[in-house]
Amino acid sequence: MNKTLIITRDNEAPPHPLKEFWNYFSENKGAVIGLFFIIFAITVAVFADVLAPHNPFDQYRDALLQPPLWMHGGSTKFLLGTDDVGRDIMSRLIHGARLSLFVGVIVVTLSLAAGIILGVTSGYFGGYYEVFVMRLMDIILALPSLLLALAIVAILGPSLKNAILAIAIVVLPHYVRLTRASVIAEKSKDYVTASRVCGSGPFRMMFAVLLPNCMAPLIVQATLGFSTAILDAAALGFLGMGAQPPTPEWGAMLASSLQFIQRAWWVVTFPGLAILLTVLAFNLAGDGLRDALDPKMKR
Amino acid sequence: MIQFFFRRFFHIFPAFIGVTLLTFSLIHLIPGDPVELRAGERGIDPVRHAAMKAEMGLDKPLYVQYLRYIGNVFQGDLGKSFVTKKPVLEEFLTLFPATLELSFCAMIFAVIFGLPAGIIAGVKRGTVFDHTVMGVSLTGYSMPIFWWGLLMILFFSVHLGWTPVSGRISALFWVDADTGFMLIDAFYSDEPGAFKSALSHLILPAIVLGTIPLAVFARMTRSSMLEVLKEDYVRTAKAKGLSPSRVIMVHALRNAMIPVITVIGLQTGVLLAGAILTETIFAWPGVGKWILESIRRRDYPSIQGGILIIATLIIFVNLGVDILYGIINPRIRHTR
Repeated sequence: MNKTLIITRDNEAPPHPLKEFWNYFSENKGAVIGLFFIIFAITVAVFADVLAPHNPFDQYRDALLQPPLWMHGGSTKFLLGTDDVGRDIMSRLIHGARLSLFVGVIVVTLSLAAGIILGVTSGYFGGYYEVFVMRLMDIILALPSLLLALAIVAILGPSLKNAILAIAIVVLPHYVRLTRASVIAEKSKDYVTASRVCGSGPFRMMFAVLLPNCMAPLIVQATLGFSTAILDAAALGFLGMGAQPPTPEWGAMLASSLQFIQRAWWVVTFPGLAILLTVLAFNLAGDGLRDALDPKMKR
Repeated sequence: MIQFFFRRFFHIFPAFIGVTLLTFSLIHLIPGDPVELRAGERGIDPVRHAAMKAEMGLDKPLYVQYLRYIGNVFQGDLGKSFVTKKPVLEEFLTLFPATLELSFCAMIFAVIFGLPAGIIAGVKRGTVFDHTVMGVSLTGYSMPIFWWGLLMILFFSVHLGWTPVSGRISALFWVDADTGFMLIDAFYSDEPGAFKSALSHLILPAIVLGTIPLAVFARMTRSSMLEVLKEDYVRTAKAKGLSPSRVIMVHALRNAMIPVITVIGLQTGVLLAGAILTETIFAWPGVGKWILESIRRRDYPSIQGGILIIATLIIFVNLGVDILYGIINPRIRHTR
């Protein structure tokens, strides 16, 4: 009885890697919720033009600071109310999703690409080059991220483009350190030596042999990097150092809201809620990814 | 131990040099000519331009300028503010106690609530309490604190009317700035109610600033606790028949705290950055708000000086954390 059981198990094909990954990932309920919210946010961002009931820049001068639908004085025309110049908050939030995700994608792409190149080369070559790169990263890490981002924006001038660049520089050390650490850990393994014996050149060694085996922590960090990027861009927008008005960026939408806090809570509440939920979704998904990809958790 | 101390101490020099290079290059990286920037829109005649350039030392080669800058920095001369014409260091030092007070209270708030929550969540793993703590702390970790501050004002100040909206103390009180720490100054002042007023001004900003560290501490303490509870010596302690509370409080907790202390130290930088946002929302007259205003006013000496001092502070705090880590964890001390 026992024997047959073992035999059937041996004959079973191992699950497809993606299916195996999904099995681990879906064990974490929070991560699945996060993933669904991310998909929802992407959908909203892609179809923003269709979904938004109004143009985010249109000012309805007859409906200034109109409360949301369910409150006294609300109407179906503006589901989440309007801001101080009569722009529909919901439409601005929907278009803001596009901006925030765009910021996330660009920041993560830039910092991941630069981080991988610096990390892999410094881990592979070592020597003075490695010391130089790592010291440079230490300096970036010595400064609080928001302060450094502000300093960079102070040099380049406040705009969304410069904010993106600043955030990409600020988060760079995390990718460089992670990549370098995994490259150093992988470098001494047999398959790398085998590849070297076969005559692989340094470029092939670094990016075709080593890098694919260092990707797991980088994928997790990149997911979490989305949340940092969105949060920092919103903070810069809030301080007036990122996206400039009238851009419907979530942080910038909050910048002027302090003065309406007594009269119109909806102007304050909704943009922040959008930021919180999006950032939380990426953090949840990132945690789930870490659990699913971490070999220590797998048995 | 002394050898360990010196080894760590010399690690900070490259970082410090790097930071001075960064702040030094700030003034050279901004587009446009610093002299014209200072002269403003009125313009400046060429003779005066050259004189000002010489006065600011900008006619010398770059390395001379840098060495002069470093020399001035070591003598405590960080230049004068373009706007107020006062020395930058003096301006920083008058505002710094406010930030320090706020950060300190935020840190106390985060430690008082974060550590016990993390410890209990770790011990009672998988319970409703654990899930709640983890959920709340992940939410806190994802929180845009500038929005969180606005929400707190909306609820506690506007809706309930419990706390004031901005500043450090009510304008009704005049408290001498003996220490610069409003709570202490107000406590020792003769004016009745001053301390209460200072405390009610401080409480919301401290909670807002402490939220992210609180979340980080709770998560870190929990995972550190889980790690330690798996160790053999904890099983041994249990097998010896020690009471569960003694096993947790004495055997597990002391070792679980080692990484947590490091994290507490490393959050200092996060606090200083968070102070920029928190101080802006609550109109708290500290260095964070001052740096932001300097950036808005393009007051480059103040930006340079502010960044340099804060970065140096963080470097030293990190050094302190490293050394403390070596003291409480002897295994680290002897590795190279």
